Amino acid sequence: MKTLVSLDVNGRTYEIAVSPELTLLEALRYELGLTGSKQGCDKGDCGACTVLVDDRPTLACLTLAVAVQGRKVRTVESLAQANVLHPLQDAFDQHGAAQCGFCTPGILMSAVSLLEQGGDAPDRLSIKKALSGNLCRCTGYTKIIDAVEDVAANTSSPGPPGHTGS
Amino acid sequence: MPASKIHTVKQTLHVIGQRTPKIDGPTKVTGEALYTDDMRLPGMLYCKIARSPHPHARIRSIDASAALAIEGVHAVITGKDLPVPYGILGWSRDEHALCLDKARHVGDAVAAVAAESEALAVRAVDALVIEYEVLPPVLSIDDAKTLVDEPVNGRARSGNVLKRVELEFGDLKGEFAKSDKIFEADYFFHGTTHAAIEPHCAIAKVDGASRLTVWSSTQVPHYLHRELALVLGLEESRIRVVQPNLGGAFGGKSEPFDLEFCVAKLALITGHPVKCLYTREEVFYSHRGRHPMRMHFETGVDAEGKLTAVRSKIEMDGGAYASFGVVTTYYSGQLMTAPYALPAYAFDSTRYYTNKPACGPKRGHGTVQPRFAFEVQLDEIAHDLHIDPIELRRRNFIGDFTETINGQRITSNGFLECLAAVEKASDWKARRSSLPAGVGLGVAGSMYISGTNYPIYPNDMPQSGVQAQIDRSGRVTLFSGASDIGQGSNSMLASIACEELGVDRRDVVVVSSDTDLCPVDLGAYSSRVTFMAGNACVDACRHLRTQILEVLRSEWHIDEPLDIFAGEVRTKDGKHRLPVKEAFRLAEARLGSLGSMGWYNTPKLGGEYKGGSIGASPAYSFTAHVAEVEVDRETGLVDVKRVWIAHDCGRALNPMTVEGQMEGSAYMGFAETLFEEHAVDARGLHLGPNLLDYRLPTPLDTPDFEAHIVETFDPEGPYGAKEAGEGPLHSVIPAIANAIFHATGARLRELPFTPAKVLAALRATSIPERLPPLEP
Repeated sequence: MKTLVSLDVNGRTYEIAVSPELTLLEALRYELGLTGSKQGCDKGDCGACTVLVDDRPTLACLTLAVAVQGRKVRTVESLAQANVLHPLQDAFDQHGAAQCGFCTPGILMSAVSLLEQGGDAPDRLSIKKALSGNLCRCTGYTKIIDAVEDVAANTSSPGPPGHTGS
Repeated sequence: MPASKIHTVKQTLHVIGQRTPKIDGPTKVTGEALYTDDMRLPGMLYCKIARSPHPHARIRSIDASAALAIEGVHAVITGKDLPVPYGILGWSRDEHALCLDKARHVGDAVAAVAAESEALAVRAVDALVIEYEVLPPVLSIDDAKTLVDEPVNGRARSGNVLKRVELEFGDLKGEFAKSDKIFEADYFFHGTTHAAIEPHCAIAKVDGASRLTVWSSTQVPHYLHRELALVLGLEESRIRVVQPNLGGAFGGKSEPFDLEFCVAKLALITGHPVKCLYTREEVFYSHRGRHPMRMHFETGVDAEGKLTAVRSKIEMDGGAYASFGVVTTYYSGQLMTAPYALPAYAFDSTRYYTNKPACGPKRGHGTVQPRFAFEVQLDEIAHDLHIDPIELRRRNFIGDFTETINGQRITSNGFLECLAAVEKASDWKARRSSLPAGVGLGVAGSMYISGTNYPIYPNDMPQSGVQAQIDRSGRVTLFSGASDIGQGSNSMLASIACEELGVDRRDVVVVSSDTDLCPVDLGAYSSRVTFMAGNACVDACRHLRTQILEVLRSEWHIDEPLDIFAGEVRTKDGKHRLPVKEAFRLAEARLGSLGSMGWYNTPKLGGEYKGGSIGASPAYSFTAHVAEVEVDRETGLVDVKRVWIAHDCGRALNPMTVEGQMEGSAYMGFAETLFEEHAVDARGLHLGPNLLDYRLPTPLDTPDFEAHIVETFDPEGPYGAKEAGEGPLHSVIPAIANAIFHATGARLRELPFTPAKVLAALRATSIPERLPPLEP
């Protein structure tokens, strides 16, 4: 039996009929056409589906759509404003932090959450901790952490990095 | 067969060698990039595949009536609907899209359904009544040797042997006889899998003109195209294969899988588009990952540590199907003859069929395992002879522009520079003798191919074609059959067009991996794309460049050379100059059209013996790693602190992308050294077919990687480039093993190095003596 739910996604309200077992990830991808969030494992292991629910990184594949009514959901599609990339998106691009790109949306949302917490710029260990729920199979994480560190350090222009060697 | 072409390097490079973001970077970071599962077509049905719960079982009967009675279920197919066998290698077509007679591993595909939703398709699969006659399973190499009454696969040569290769080069007996010492040991490399984060997915659609389109997360659209035609009995000209954005592959998507045939057949039967998306569990059971190998290595040396002879005996646990296994069997021996000079060499490799998910090509196909064994053995030799392990490797360097003992042509070779780079970066000389107990540094080296001259199906046509077209907007469109699987091959092609034609990156469009639109490229495997598609692209663009410059010289009435860069064609003194977009229009007006086809084919390579061309590459890459580890003597936990990677990629067309490949490769090798294990239990069930139990390292688990690019400018690579995507994986594994020995004195020869194994080895080892510091 489907029920009508109202979802607040990326600042917009959507009304959709969902089965009780429909996950937030399925609702985003297949009902709302927001395919940026990815399904890598469907078990909460890989983090490719990470979205923000009330600003907290949340695995959309383990969250029921009906459970996020009245809460604010943000996906990767919310980051770029009027075709201008979010600084993290720009840094990922400039650092070559996205190879196949499949884990990228989830990693970006975890990184957004980290940077939105404010305070001192996180060091590499804090960045690693914040991203430890996200698996990437292409990069070895080096350039991902470089990119987040670059934005965290609040460099005005995250230009191409120097040699990764010390 | 067209001869190979060599393009001389342009004198000044403007784009090549720059750290440039990828052309598809923005769509990847916004989430706009469409992957196969992101696509939905009107009227689309969903396919699910029924899979065998038994590792070895004859299929007695399949009753689909209850499944078909469910409202919304459109069709059920079984092996009888797709009876033509296929296989990525033409001489080992040993599998069916759906099992015809028996299931050969847990997870083997038995039937497929198409229904109006995925949930309905799952229900329909559950409603199938499949009767099996359970057969004794063959679950190990030892089983494969003894349980031969009911062979796993009818294509076996004898018993359960898919392939045995025995080759010998040089005077093995004589060289062993004159050795001062012979070292001998057994090594084991476990099974590991690719675990790309995107699960396999395919969609098929048949249009009103009976043309079939298959979108698939494949890294080899051309081979999929051919096998679809074969199995479906359709003309190739009526099939289109498109590879959308691909969420990682690493060799795990380099052959056809059951889902592509199933969605195609179901689309043909129902008239609806049909999609199939694997669950993560299905990805694990589809596998085609690294072969477990039992390896015996015997190496002779003289008193100075110069190698005299090497002999290996290798047994491979291949799983239920051949996959690329014939090539794997050759690679396990053929690619071990550099970077060290071997006066004599022999290998004897056998690949067995077992009732497990089939193994295949994973990054560093067939050679990562013996490379681990051999590089650990070199460390044992160095320790025994009291020679610094880097020095031992230097002493045995094969050189550049030479030939290996098995007849492979080596061109550029920067292995010594790689060793020097990791030696310096890790402060090896000072730190190796001064680190506290429990902390160690280990080194290892390796080589890999930049594609081979051996196409999967024998033919004389080029290995890669690229078409370049210039339109009146000043835009260059490149058409290439090569697959960008995240490694950045489309960006590599775009960079070449920018370099040759002076256009801005925003004015290059790359249309790739679509068999309707693009000339053939054999696919993203064997680290062949930069070398082969890159050369084809240089060929296509260079032809246009020559034509355009000729038009301008004629227009300007000059003879002197012209350059194109930063959007301008100009003479050296700048007296004549013209924006490229105007130059293109002028050239089109004079020539009538601006388009060209480029191609690349390898020169004739390889030894004059059966199998001599397998592993024969137009250029080999070389790598050295130093790993630093800290071993906890209480728990057996190995903490890899840092890894230094030096890789000879010829020329780094884009250093940022090359580093990305080096770091990603080192990560993947590190992961299989300490974390990952792909294995089945006594019932043939995978030990952990999910991304939690199959332990992919998280950012917290992963050490810092430091990438050092070594450039040697290969004479035949595009602008001197060689591969960078697979070579930098190999030697990280033995470097970690050798670092553990340096830290603890425990010699580990069986992967993976789990805490239990490390602890057992530590308990059997006394605290090591440190080698005295070397004389400078």
